[in-house]
Amino acid sequence: MTERPRDTASTSPRYDVAVVGAGPAGLAAAVAAAEAGRRVVLVDAGGQPGGQYWRHPDETAPRGDESLGHHDWSTFTALRSRLHGLVRRRRITHLPWRQVWFVERPSVGDEPPAHTLHLTTSYAGADTGGEGPDAVTGDAVILCPGGYDRQLPIPGWDLPGVMAAGGVQALLKGHRTVAGRRAIVAGTGPFLLPVATGLAQAGADVVAVCEAGSITGWSRDPLAAAAVPGKAREALEYATELIRHRIPYRQRTAITAIRGTEAVRSVELSRLDREGRIREDAGTADVDLVALGWGFTPSLELVSATGAATRKDIDDSLVAVVDDEQRATVPGVYVAGEATGVGGAMLAVAEGELAGLMTARDQRAPVSQGNVRTLQKRITRHRRFAAAMHAAHPVPRHWHEWLSPETTVCRCEEVSYRQVCGARDELGAGDARTVKLMARPGMGWCQGRVCGFASAKLAAATEGRALTADDLRPTAKQPFTAPVSLEQLAESPRYE
Amino acid sequence: MSPAHQHDVPDDATAEPERFEVAFDGRPLPATAGQSVGSVLTDAGIRSWRTTRTGHRPRGLFCGIGVCYDCLITVDGEPNQRACLVPARPGMTLSSTVPGNGPFETAGDTDD
Amino acid sequence: MAHTADVVIIGAGALGAACAYFATEQGLRVHIVERGEIAGGTTSACEGNLLVSDKEAGHELDLALYSNQVWRRDLAPYNHLWEFENKGGLIVAATESGARNLAELAGRQREAGIDVTDVAADEVHAYEPHLTEDLTAAAHYPQDCQVQPMLMAAQLIRIARERGARIWTRTEVTDLHRDGDAVAGVVTSRGTIHADHVINAAGTWAGDIARLAGVSVPILPRRGFVLITEPLPRTVFHKVYSGDYVASTTSSDEGLQTSTVIEGTRAGTILIGSSRERVGFDSTVSLPALRQIAAKALTLYPVLAKTKIMRNYHGFRPYCADHLPVIGHDPRAPGLWHASGHEGAGIGLSVGSAKLLVQQLTGREPDLDLTPFAPERFDLVEAS
Repeated sequence: MTERPRDTASTSPRYDVAVVGAGPAGLAAAVAAAEAGRRVVLVDAGGQPGGQYWRHPDETAPRGDESLGHHDWSTFTALRSRLHGLVRRRRITHLPWRQVWFVERPSVGDEPPAHTLHLTTSYAGADTGGEGPDAVTGDAVILCPGGYDRQLPIPGWDLPGVMAAGGVQALLKGHRTVAGRRAIVAGTGPFLLPVATGLAQAGADVVAVCEAGSITGWSRDPLAAAAVPGKAREALEYATELIRHRIPYRQRTAITAIRGTEAVRSVELSRLDREGRIREDAGTADVDLVALGWGFTPSLELVSATGAATRKDIDDSLVAVVDDEQRATVPGVYVAGEATGVGGAMLAVAEGELAGLMTARDQRAPVSQGNVRTLQKRITRHRRFAAAMHAAHPVPRHWHEWLSPETTVCRCEEVSYRQVCGARDELGAGDARTVKLMARPGMGWCQGRVCGFASAKLAAATEGRALTADDLRPTAKQPFTAPVSLEQLAESPRYE
Repeated sequence: MSPAHQHDVPDDATAEPERFEVAFDGRPLPATAGQSVGSVLTDAGIRSWRTTRTGHRPRGLFCGIGVCYDCLITVDGEPNQRACLVPARPGMTLSSTVPGNGPFETAGDTDD
Repeated sequence: MAHTADVVIIGAGALGAACAYFATEQGLRVHIVERGEIAGGTTSACEGNLLVSDKEAGHELDLALYSNQVWRRDLAPYNHLWEFENKGGLIVAATESGARNLAELAGRQREAGIDVTDVAADEVHAYEPHLTEDLTAAAHYPQDCQVQPMLMAAQLIRIARERGARIWTRTEVTDLHRDGDAVAGVVTSRGTIHADHVINAAGTWAGDIARLAGVSVPILPRRGFVLITEPLPRTVFHKVYSGDYVASTTSSDEGLQTSTVIEGTRAGTILIGSSRERVGFDSTVSLPALRQIAAKALTLYPVLAKTKIMRNYHGFRPYCADHLPVIGHDPRAPGLWHASGHEGAGIGLSVGSAKLLVQQLTGREPDLDLTPFAPERFDLVEAS
């Protein structure tokens, strides 16, 4: 690294700790750091705290019981009231409706190694009160960007009425909106269950949950499930709900094609073998809503923007490398939640709290070692549970055999499976980056957040090799971590 | 600082939220305070509100959480806003096309 | 395992691909050795310009005009494969003195054989309806073209493979195989390839290859950033740039220089450049550079104020002190050839450079004298 002109680091408002994301990890991190005496700024893309997991109706215009459809709601309300108290006492500055579009790294020798986060509103005219800085600097930054549903392209998945399972859930939890009347939920992983039961409770007819894996996979590490007893109870609750609403839970079954013209009308189901090959036809179902999820993709753009090291996790996600105190490999950067490995909200809360405490300790504030140990033990238990979960719910290895040449891989740039294969097989693109540059999957609006995982899998499939971290990194490496207007880029930032 | 979030949750969580209308391509749609544009459209049974540039395929909500940009819509003349994020406001005008009097209407060959 | 070829080409970027195309056209057995992936270096980080308009009269312009003919004639059957677009260039001036400078530049270029039309201030919007009103003059260059550079390199290599060429990606050249003084092949991470000729098309990294042969080819990296917008209906029709761009391409300053270059692409995005900095291979994104590029672009296209920038990319142009590429045989290391150092014009100049090099390599008289691009020219400067 060389010396270079700084843009705004010397002039933007400076905090001891800047936390990005107000979901389970970020909320816990901000509160823990502030209660340990740090001056904290909390930047969040949403308008109110909670993130995707604790998404709830507008707090200024509530619609009924805001805990509806939630687990661990009391954990959230406790964190939220601590946040409000700390905001009132000016220990935390909360900046909602803001996305970080650029991370400015410290210069060589800067002590502390402060990062400056350049901010833009989440949408034009966002209700930020017209106030707030365009950039904030944190002596330490805690990145808690969460994640989103992992997707696999399948024929017809771009029809209206086909949604990410998390999107269906967001409409339910945030707005009490039921995205369809007759639904099917498919993919893999335990997250399919709350989506299906949530839809049924809201009055939708849920024709099936299709799980590509098999829950017998859990028997490989029964102790892992026992390590987090709450999870077993949760699973039983969902099972009871499935039975109550007469929702069939079909294992080793997948939606392998979606039919319709202007919107989804039906789905084709197939039984899968262990490797995810189609074994036999499993019928069709007429539906107007398809909810798809294949686990989660952590948001790694901010982590990559700091230059911190990343690795491939057991579920084939790209995640941040952190030590057992949530420090990334770059000084001054801490990461908590899904970005260190997908493992659920309670793990995220523990990691967030630990990260908050460690920023305080690293800035020479007293922190109880007992608290640190307790959190580390909790994290270890949840990690073991997450590992067992991932082992039971892998992405079907032969999923690409379900595709037809016309299947859309990249929804933004409308790149077909044929075009991806053409770049790979005829033009000799040997990795995901080269496929992307030649055929354009991942070059559009979402910058590969949706198709990046699938494109990486397809590129790796050339040589029949397993996915590597290098296949995944190009999607995470976004010099602009969110779109920014030419006007805002051109102007020097303002701080009021 | 911290402009928008000084408020606390109202004590009376059962109070009826404000109801109003927004217009989508001239059609009035009922909305509730705090509802996203995408939620308003979905409640009205509208599943798609734009077409893609090359294949002219219909698009609406997909990820629902601001990641995929499938749900882009013109809000009060501002093109390419994410319907899943933008909260509905009384009198808001939603459009499935980019603004007619904007800078790009005279440009030809949009699909080459 | 040892392989034998007539020609080994080091580098699978635009230059290596073009050399492979013209060498296989002559029936030569070609192996291409690439350290990374096809077109993964500077070729993957540029706009794909085929310009005559940004060049002053001189050797580079001669090469550009020659190359322009190669694109239009030799490669005509393939141009659809890489989105070849004869969009034309438009240089604009915003001040009275800028208008005078532009008129003088156009006059010199016209004498050198470039097609150029003077455009009065009140006619500019017939070419570019969304440009700012605050312009004093413009010049239109109908010969300027654009290609998608990745596709151009990959398709030329595909054609070369159909003619029998072999490509070794993720294969690093660790040494040159010698036969006495002569270069007689390459030693790679995957074995040795014997060949009568070795073409150094390693672009910004060509100096490292030359060093393996014990010769100096002083090519340095000159970093550039480009901004990419969200996809829009076609807004920018030509390659549009400000008059000071020509000055900045020919300058040798180390510090940050920016000058506005804007163009639309088939994909609907708009590419906004450009910057030039000599900062080695530092890949850290420079916000001040991006801000300057954005601010200057807005003065030409205020209509883009609210347009979202989706991403940016950077590349390292292979830069020589005299702004001329290095093309042809290296008499200091018989058997070694160079096709590198084209700075910001490599895509446009690639096919002309490659065709001329292969003419020389197969014992024919090149269509254009290659002496100004001789690899050993730098030694003479250092010696004097």
